[in-house]
Amino acid sequence: MTGTRDVSTASAAPAPVRPRRPHWLLTPSSWTPLQRWGVTALGLVLALGATFLLDPYRNYLLAVGTAYLCAIAGLSLLVGRTGQLSLGHAAFMAAGAYAFAFTSNALADESVPSLVHLYAPFLVAIVVAAALGAVVGIAGARLHGPYLAGLTLALVLALPALTSLMSDVFGGDAGLYVSVERRPEWLSQLIADEQWQAWVGLGAAALVLGVLAQLVRSPYAIRMQAVRDDESAARLSGIDPRATRVTMFGISAATAGLGGGVLAYVTQAASPGAYSLSFSLFLLVAVVIGGVGTLAGAVWGAVVLVLVPELTSSITEALPLPAELSQRLDGNLAIVVFGVILVVVMLVAPRGINGAVGSLVGRLRRRRP
Amino acid sequence: MTQPHARATTVSAIALALAGALVLSSCSTPGAAEQPGLTDTSVKIGTHQPLTGPAAASYAPISAATAAYFDYVNDQGGINGRTIDYIVKDDGYNPATTQTVVRELVLDDDVFAILGGLGTPTHSSVLDFLNDNDVPDLFASSGSAAWNQPEKYPNTFGFQTDYVTEGMVLGQHISDEFGGKTVCLLGQDDEFGTDVQSGLEKILGADGLAEVQTYSVSNQDVSAQIVAMQAAGCEVNVLATITGFTALAIGTAAQLSYFPQWVSSSSGADYGPLAGYLGDAAPLLLEGFISDNYLPDASESDNKWIELFQDINDKYNKGAPFNGSVVYGMAMGYLFAEALLHAGKQPTRESLITAVQSGELKGSGLVPLAFSKTDHNGYVGAGITVVHDGVQASTGERWVRDGDKVVAYDKPPVELLSGGVPSN
Repeated sequence: MTGTRDVSTASAAPAPVRPRRPHWLLTPSSWTPLQRWGVTALGLVLALGATFLLDPYRNYLLAVGTAYLCAIAGLSLLVGRTGQLSLGHAAFMAAGAYAFAFTSNALADESVPSLVHLYAPFLVAIVVAAALGAVVGIAGARLHGPYLAGLTLALVLALPALTSLMSDVFGGDAGLYVSVERRPEWLSQLIADEQWQAWVGLGAAALVLGVLAQLVRSPYAIRMQAVRDDESAARLSGIDPRATRVTMFGISAATAGLGGGVLAYVTQAASPGAYSLSFSLFLLVAVVIGGVGTLAGAVWGAVVLVLVPELTSSITEALPLPAELSQRLDGNLAIVVFGVILVVVMLVAPRGINGAVGSLVGRLRRRRP
Repeated sequence: MTQPHARATTVSAIALALAGALVLSSCSTPGAAEQPGLTDTSVKIGTHQPLTGPAAASYAPISAATAAYFDYVNDQGGINGRTIDYIVKDDGYNPATTQTVVRELVLDDDVFAILGGLGTPTHSSVLDFLNDNDVPDLFASSGSAAWNQPEKYPNTFGFQTDYVTEGMVLGQHISDEFGGKTVCLLGQDDEFGTDVQSGLEKILGADGLAEVQTYSVSNQDVSAQIVAMQAAGCEVNVLATITGFTALAIGTAAQLSYFPQWVSSSSGADYGPLAGYLGDAAPLLLEGFISDNYLPDASESDNKWIELFQDINDKYNKGAPFNGSVVYGMAMGYLFAEALLHAGKQPTRESLITAVQSGELKGSGLVPLAFSKTDHNGYVGAGITVVHDGVQASTGERWVRDGDKVVAYDKPPVELLSGGVPSN
């Protein structure tokens, strides 16, 4: 069965045909995988260079943003491409963060080469999160819509209970301190620690975006879409819906795990409080605000997720409010603003910021041919 | 383009990342000022506090009180002609948030120092960051032993009596007053619980505790623990609990008609909030409630410090409920003002650290401060307080730590001078 689903099924998949001239922002689908990797690498180099324009605090935010981006990108494809709704992606990030913490702490005690200490924890974070994702995915492949959402919700709700039940392993509510490999000695004169963290984060994000960009252009993407749109039709075309769903769930858990690893690396901590239910929901909100199922949308989502708390806190500081009120608003206003943005985006641009930008660009092009 | 959903790929993603970076970079870059946060007329300091979340009810009044004290000092002309600009950031008692807000304070707001960052799990998570950036990290608000690592964290100092010493003081009082009774412990499942336990065991012996139960802050139910203590026949129950859980433990036990002698660490023993949690039954349930304290009690209205703090609370804190948290916050502010005064007319981050280590800071407590080059602990001991008729008052009994035992301390407490604004 598996042998028959390849290019032939891909070309046979019914896709709504809408003639549209490819825009320069969009890579032509005729590009080879190598060309796409080249563009990813080029983008990474540009982004690394751009960190020199940022002060340490903004670099720190950028590093945190890239961690979010890893998770959001995987979640966005999961929701948008296979139609599986996960409310518990923070749990996969937590799995990655704790795996990173254990590995990094263990390696810190050994005298391993610094490159191993830098990369190995990320690798373990990806593997552990992917394994957890595959297990949940196998259970979840039998479930649809709200039932799958419920399963993943239970996962993220169980996290603090698990960490406090086994507090001698996971460090309870306080979590674990992560001993990480810092920037190389020769770089410490040139860049601040935060800029190095941004570099590590950008590297991880480039890897995720690069891999996922290959994925959405591969025949596999057509299979995912087929499974999402009509399971019976997909089955008739020789596509195994369960295998497709489990694979995508595993991939998206792996990217979330890498994101958790980046967050553990940047903040030097893995704690249950960082991966709460509300954070998990924020990830989903970011996916929707950015544009479900698209990688550029994931970038928008990560930008919003990082910038909104920043902007609200600077607004509350700038406004002449009584100290007590502004302190009350400090932590809470961001949540309100997220809600408002979500509602507005749904009303004005149902395809998210990315969709809105796309149609705006399209309209401008039509006006000025 | 046959796949409408597959439009976004690498190039546009990276382009957007760059756009995001540019938006971020449009904000200001910190200048290379000699001393961050310091001008000729002001000094900017910051803190992270739980203004929202599970710990907010008990601890949010602390930073409000500190701010009120600084307002009072600023109205008197500040310290060495500089007013104190005190920035409070909410971390919701979540270490992940602490990481962000402290970076914001240091890297974006350019604070001169961090004062009284609250909580062991929260503040532990920023020790390395603060040390890497050479930020004075004064008077961290918890009794963790982690603040006293002068070799590893030369800029970090404690404030309150460390939990081990608190355990020892309570253990000494128990062994003096309740010799022969069955002593048990309910502790938080982190350093707070284990440190108090080790302090108790130093005094009562390794087998001095008949039963040790733990709880986790994320689980609002301690009935299993209380039942186990009741079953073990515990007569004197020591609590290493934050305020909400002190009330929960006492209330749960009362529902089981279990009325042992409660002995609590100062962190969870503030009568005002406890009475708030327990409601009308509070005076009855808390009668005879023993705790330790290193600061004067809020209800000691004849104490000069309390008189001043009450006055400042009325004028600058809108008459907020006057309790242990308010005293704590103002004592914290006073100690910083003292450190800033001793740091000289042109303070630097180094001179601030030197001033704290000089041993010249007196504080406003019942016992002396430990600060020296080799010791970064705050107060070195504690007094014993008992609740009687709804008033929590000192018994006059005070202990300071001396190695692995505690000795009685009988020197008079620090006097209040120059209207509570430190001056030379």
